[in-house]
Amino acid sequence: MSEKFTNAGHSHSKIDSIALACGNEKYTDDFMTDTPLHIAFLYSDIANGIISSIDYKAAEQADGVKLILYHGNTPDTLHTTAGQGYPEPSPYDCRMFDKKVRFVGDRIAAVVADTYKQAEAALKLIKVEIEQLPALFDIEKAIDAGSPVIHSDDEYPAIPVTYKPEENIAAEIVTGFGDLEKGFKQADLIIDETYSMQYASHCATEPHAVSVHFDERGRLVIITATQVPYHVRRIVSIVCGIEIKNIRVIKPRVGGGFGGKQEVFLEQVAALAAWRLKRSIKIVLSRKEVFISARTRHAMRSRIKMGVQKDGTITALDVDDLMNAGAYAPHALTVLSNAGAKVLPLFNKIENLRFSGRSVYTNLPVGGAYRGYGATQGYFALNQHIDEAARYCGEDFCEYVKKRHIKSGETSRVFEALGEGKEGVRQFIKSCGLTECIDRGAKAIEWEKLRGKKLRNGNRIRGVGAAVAMQGSGIPEIDMASCHIKMNEDGSFNLNTGATDIGTGSDTILAQIAAEALKTDYSKMIVLSSDTDTTPFDTGAYASSTTYITGNAVKQCALKVYDLILKAASEMLGADKNELKVEDSKVSSRDGRTVEYGEICAFRLYTSGQLQIQASSSFVAHESPPPFTAQFADLEVDIETGEIILNRIAAAVDCGHPLNPLLAEGQVEGAVLNGISYALTEDYIFNSNGRMTNPDLGRYKIFNTVDTPEIITILADTYEDTGPYGAKSVGEIALNGPAPAIANAVYDAVGIRLRHTPFTPEKVWKLLNEQ
Amino acid sequence: MNKLIKISFLLDGRMFSVETKSDRRLLDILREDAGITGVREGCGEGECGACSIFFNGRLANSCCIPAIAAEGAEIDTIDGFSKTEEYSIISQAFADAGAVQCGFCTPGFIMASAALLRENPRPTDNEIKIGLSGNLCRCTGYTMIIEAVRLASGRMARNV
Repeated sequence: MSEKFTNAGHSHSKIDSIALACGNEKYTDDFMTDTPLHIAFLYSDIANGIISSIDYKAAEQADGVKLILYHGNTPDTLHTTAGQGYPEPSPYDCRMFDKKVRFVGDRIAAVVADTYKQAEAALKLIKVEIEQLPALFDIEKAIDAGSPVIHSDDEYPAIPVTYKPEENIAAEIVTGFGDLEKGFKQADLIIDETYSMQYASHCATEPHAVSVHFDERGRLVIITATQVPYHVRRIVSIVCGIEIKNIRVIKPRVGGGFGGKQEVFLEQVAALAAWRLKRSIKIVLSRKEVFISARTRHAMRSRIKMGVQKDGTITALDVDDLMNAGAYAPHALTVLSNAGAKVLPLFNKIENLRFSGRSVYTNLPVGGAYRGYGATQGYFALNQHIDEAARYCGEDFCEYVKKRHIKSGETSRVFEALGEGKEGVRQFIKSCGLTECIDRGAKAIEWEKLRGKKLRNGNRIRGVGAAVAMQGSGIPEIDMASCHIKMNEDGSFNLNTGATDIGTGSDTILAQIAAEALKTDYSKMIVLSSDTDTTPFDTGAYASSTTYITGNAVKQCALKVYDLILKAASEMLGADKNELKVEDSKVSSRDGRTVEYGEICAFRLYTSGQLQIQASSSFVAHESPPPFTAQFADLEVDIETGEIILNRIAAAVDCGHPLNPLLAEGQVEGAVLNGISYALTEDYIFNSNGRMTNPDLGRYKIFNTVDTPEIITILADTYEDTGPYGAKSVGEIALNGPAPAIANAVYDAVGIRLRHTPFTPEKVWKLLNEQ
Repeated sequence: MNKLIKISFLLDGRMFSVETKSDRRLLDILREDAGITGVREGCGEGECGACSIFFNGRLANSCCIPAIAAEGAEIDTIDGFSKTEEYSIISQAFADAGAVQCGFCTPGFIMASAALLRENPRPTDNEIKIGLSGNLCRCTGYTMIIEAVRLASGRMARNV
């Protein structure tokens, strides 16, 4: 496919690679604005309680202290910290500071001082009395009568959705079709099992940070490590009461997001302090603060009941999810709905289906967006059920899935039934490379040779397992992206978009798309992104949307500019537009005369029909074409110690036509490794008071180079007609495969079912010994 | 006691002196006083390697070094190192291999790669993994970083 194109489909290093490598590119903390004031937060060490008094007089008098913010002197605007489209599908259940604390890590106050050390020292001088309330840590108990009610203070949903804070229910979904009872009656076997996945931290290498200063005219400039600059501007404006026109949000380089920076929870505090003091403000969280106070992956308990016939037909599927929203509920509805919406369409021949789920409040850290967004949790459970169903009917997992997965030209009733806080959008699949992914992945992992063989090497037994998944490409009928392109007289172009490159390479991909449409080279594009003053609106970097949605906006915009170039060239060459040939930034007439792009721009700027060659475009998607993946784990289980030794993971992904295979592979590999360490080691260990006891990168174990197994990445050869030059998304999908592929491989090796992540040696050993 | 101290050291080949409070870390001096923002803080506990520097020629985490320990030392950072031919080869290899995603950890990985390649110009994959095990990256899955070091090693061998 790539041979058709000069830019799209070609591997290029990111346009910012070298500047990043030498450390020249700036992240939020690298902006050394004029001696900013620093903020330190006072966090609650009590999981549930009411602040009965705060005495901050001594702290106020301390060296360097300029201001203390707490619930008594800050706006009590209820809002959500979820950086989502407006009005957000997450309930308005939090205040900048509250008189109630709801988890260990909830913010009680902020001290603003000349230096961070002064602010930190002053924290110790604040005397807080908290009337402790019984705390709720168990999601199963959250909805019991008599459990503590965590939110009872006017919280409300911003859109009409089920919200029952009096029952600790932050979100509830029940949907389905067909007749479950009839379906289960037709089944020869009913598989009814419960799974769970744990809390996790995004561990972006750059901790959350914001730096605020004033411009020459007194406007607030917020430089921030965010995935959602436009949502930051809106939420800061609403919470702080500062007009939009007085706020400029700039996203510099961002050191990774993975969903963690789709939250707006530092910017409003920094903005308010700056506005009151008329001083620059900086907040940089420590790693520990990120762990205890920022957002997490929602822990989820998933019960699946599936009816299967001897021929493998799934006659009924009943999914019941219970999700831990934590103390507040950003993304509590949409992560939950995506655990169904991104998962259940994959097996679209099921006639009787129910998806029910509840997100419940607890006094534990706050859940949020996390790469995979509910689909990770959903696929962990479903893939093990599919493995069991295939084994029951004597079919190979791969063949079982290939027969039954959604195909090109098909639809699923789930697409319509489940949306983002409302009904979904009907869609037919236009490209599906899942069968190709399964075949190529199986070959790479030597499936035939290893599956079911239980090869033994001392105490170790080897197995292989597989998992399949899909995701989406943006949120249809909701997400909008826009861009502006203008031409310069040397044939270069300014490409301004609101798209938020957080390390993914979207600046590079979008340059490639524009260059393709403009028949020039991507190096001619000067990309400026994510500045609310100078770049147009974009919902932000989430929901696997940028390549598809912003990419389509960029393509449309570039084609408009291309048309203006042709029109000018036709005047210059005295030839009909349709007879011109365009190649490599040059336009030629049939008689062989040529004008270069630079000359064309200069002609329009200075000579005739004077205008700036430029255009703008906006794009809203009417569908969300899913990427697909098939992943394979090859591992050994040490039956003496319970240790899982992962030899290799093969990840085959259909992301449509990969616009930049090098960067697409990078997305896959990063997501796969995150998925592996989530499956094996990462966890929040809470003590009985709800305090996380391992808030550092040493004890919260993420993988390093030595831990990392061989990752084999395969990109399928597909083309999505609705995508820009055939592309679908690739950012999230690959995280959904490792945990179920590893679990299925462990079963293949030693016959135990790992239904609860992380798969620690202790857990494996116990199950082996129960056998 | 947090008194003012004066420290001087060789920073990227030039004498650097600063009067500072005694409780600061070398990382703080490098970022805030010397303005070298390519040295970064990812954890502050020596786990992530984003603040990697050469301390008297050896790879070290500047977040774990008290400023006072730098007195009289020879400190090389990504800022100085990025002007060398050795850096050009390594950084180009990182770019070519796709080893740079968000880039926050990249200068640290480049310093660690340089330290490895100085000691062992033709490392095996396993030696690369061990050599870079003090640095964390959450974006790449490391595969392309390991490929980058392999690539740099090959290119350096040809350059000699």
